[in-house]
Amino acid sequence: MIRVEGVSHSIGRTPILHDIDLTLAPGRITALIGPNGAGKSTLLSLIARLAPLQSGRITVAGLDVAATPTRDLARVMAILPQSLNVASRLRVEELVAFGRWPHHQGRPAARDRAMVDEAIEAFTLGALRHRFLDELSGGQRQRAHLAMAFAQETEWLLLDEPLAALDMAHARALMARLAALRDQGRGVVIVVHEINFAAAWADDIVALKEGRVMAQAAPVALFTPETLGALYDTPLRVEHFEGRPLVLNHL
Amino acid sequence: MARRLVLPLLALGLLAATAAYLLPGLGQKWQFVLSLRATRLGGMLVVGAAIAVATVLFQTVSRNRILTPQIMGFDALFILLQTALVASLGPVGFAGLPDLAKFLAELALLVGASLLLFGTLLGRGTEDVARMILTGVILGILFRSASGFLARVLDPNEFAVVQSQVVASFSRVNASLLPWAAGLTGLAILAALRMARQLDVLALGRAPAVSLGLRHDLVLSLALILTAVLVAVATAMVGPMAFLGLIVVALARPLAGTDRHAPLIAVSILVSCLLLVLGQTLFERVLARQSPLPAVIEFAGGLVFFFLLLKGRVR
Repeated sequence: MIRVEGVSHSIGRTPILHDIDLTLAPGRITALIGPNGAGKSTLLSLIARLAPLQSGRITVAGLDVAATPTRDLARVMAILPQSLNVASRLRVEELVAFGRWPHHQGRPAARDRAMVDEAIEAFTLGALRHRFLDELSGGQRQRAHLAMAFAQETEWLLLDEPLAALDMAHARALMARLAALRDQGRGVVIVVHEINFAAAWADDIVALKEGRVMAQAAPVALFTPETLGALYDTPLRVEHFEGRPLVLNHL
Repeated sequence: MARRLVLPLLALGLLAATAAYLLPGLGQKWQFVLSLRATRLGGMLVVGAAIAVATVLFQTVSRNRILTPQIMGFDALFILLQTALVASLGPVGFAGLPDLAKFLAELALLVGASLLLFGTLLGRGTEDVARMILTGVILGILFRSASGFLARVLDPNEFAVVQSQVVASFSRVNASLLPWAAGLTGLAILAALRMARQLDVLALGRAPAVSLGLRHDLVLSLALILTAVLVAVATAMVGPMAFLGLIVVALARPLAGTDRHAPLIAVSILVSCLLLVLGQTLFERVLARQSPLPAVIEFAGGLVFFFLLLKGRVR
C-alpha cells in the first residue's frame, strides 16, 4: 500500500500540489494522468523520496519515506526517473547489475547475477548487453534503465513516462511485462501521457489537475467524454473496444 | 587480458623511473644528494597521487570529464594568500614564518574556503553542482585580480619573492612537511578507495542513485571534502598545478578501460606519479634544468584540454 496523506508541495513560490490524499493498492497498475504541469512527476518523485517532503506524510508498504533509511526503501521500491543521464561510460549489463546494489552493496552473489540475466532477457537486451550506453538509441537506453529497475526486484515499481522513448512493439511489451509483475502481486505506478495505454492496461487511474486529485477510479468509470474533457479542457471522443475505453484523442 | 597487466606494468614503470631518478650520478656527497632527491621524489609521489585522486572525484561529482578541481579558484586563493603575506610581512618576515605552521594554516584556509563554497550546495538541492562550479570560477577571478592589485603596490624585491612562491616547483618540497602531507594524502586516498563502490553508484546520477538506496547527498559531500583536502595538500606543497589532473585522468580512463572507481583511482595514481617522476628525471638529468616541469605539464595539459574539447565526446 502507498499512502499519501495531506501532501502539499511548492517549488519556489509556485504551488505544485495541494493537500493530496491518496491510497494506491498493491497488485495493481495505477496510472497517473493529467495535463502538463498537473504535478504528476512531482507527486511521483515525492513518493520516491527524490525530493524532500514539505508537508504531509507518505508511506510505502508501511515505511515512512521521510524517516526510513534510504537503503531499506530501495528494497521496497524502484524508480525509473524521467531524465536519464549517466556520467560513467557503462555497458548495458553493468548498468543493469547496479539494480542489485540495494541487495548486495557491491558484493554480488550468484542470485544477483541470475537476476541480472533475467532482467536482460526480459527487456530483450541480450544482443546489446556488451554495448556501451552512449552507443545506444534513446529507446534502447530507456530499456536498459527499465531492466535495472526490474532487477531491483521490489514490491513497488514507480515509472515516470516509461513509454516516452519506446517504439510500438517495445511499448506494448513493457506494458505486458508490467501486467505480469502486477499478476505476481507487485504494485506498479506509472505516469503516462499516451492515454490509451492507460485505458488498455491500468487497473486504476488517478487524474491530477492543477495539483489536485480530480478523480480516482477504474478506466471504464473515469474515461468518459465528460471527465476527460474537463481534465484536459478539450472535447474528447471516447469509444469502447473489447470492454475497454478507447479515446480518440488524435481526431 | 591486457587490462590485467596495466596495473603491474605501471607499477614496474614507476619503480624503474624512481630508480632512474634517485640513483645515477650520486657522486662524493651521496648522502646529501640522495636525501635531497628523496625529498623531491616524495613530494612528487604525494602531489601526483593527491591530484590524480582529487580529479577523479571531482569529475564524478561534476559529471564532467574536462574539469579539474583547480578551476574552482584554489590556485588563485593560494596566490592571493602568498601575495598578501609578502605584502604584509615583507620578504624577511615572510621567509621567517615557521614552515609547519604556515603549511597547516594554508591547508586550513584552502580546505575551509572550499567547504564554504561546497556548503552553498547543501540545502539547496545537490543537483546544482554547475552553479557551485561557476561560483568557484568567479571567486577565482576575484582572487586573481586582488593579487594582481597587491602585486602592483609591492616593491620589485617583494614581487620577486611572490613570483618564486606562486610558480609550482618540486624543488620547493620541504622535507619536514612531507610526513604531514603524505599522511593526509594517504588517509584521503584510503577513504576514497573505501567509498569506491558508492562513487560508482553516485556516477549514475542523483535519481538512480537515490532509487538504489545510496545516501546521495552524504556521499557527494564526502567526495567534495576529500577533493578539497587533496587539492589543498598538493597546492600547499608545490604551488598551483591546474592541468596535471586533467592529463592524468584523460590518460588513465582508457588505460583502466572502465569508469569503476577502484581501478580508475589506482591507475590514475600510478600514471600521475609516473608522469611526474619521468618528467622530472628528464628535465633534471637529460636537459639539466632545475624546475620547469610543472610549466611544461601545464602547457601539455592545456593542449590535452583542447583536444578533449575538440574531440567532442565530453560530458
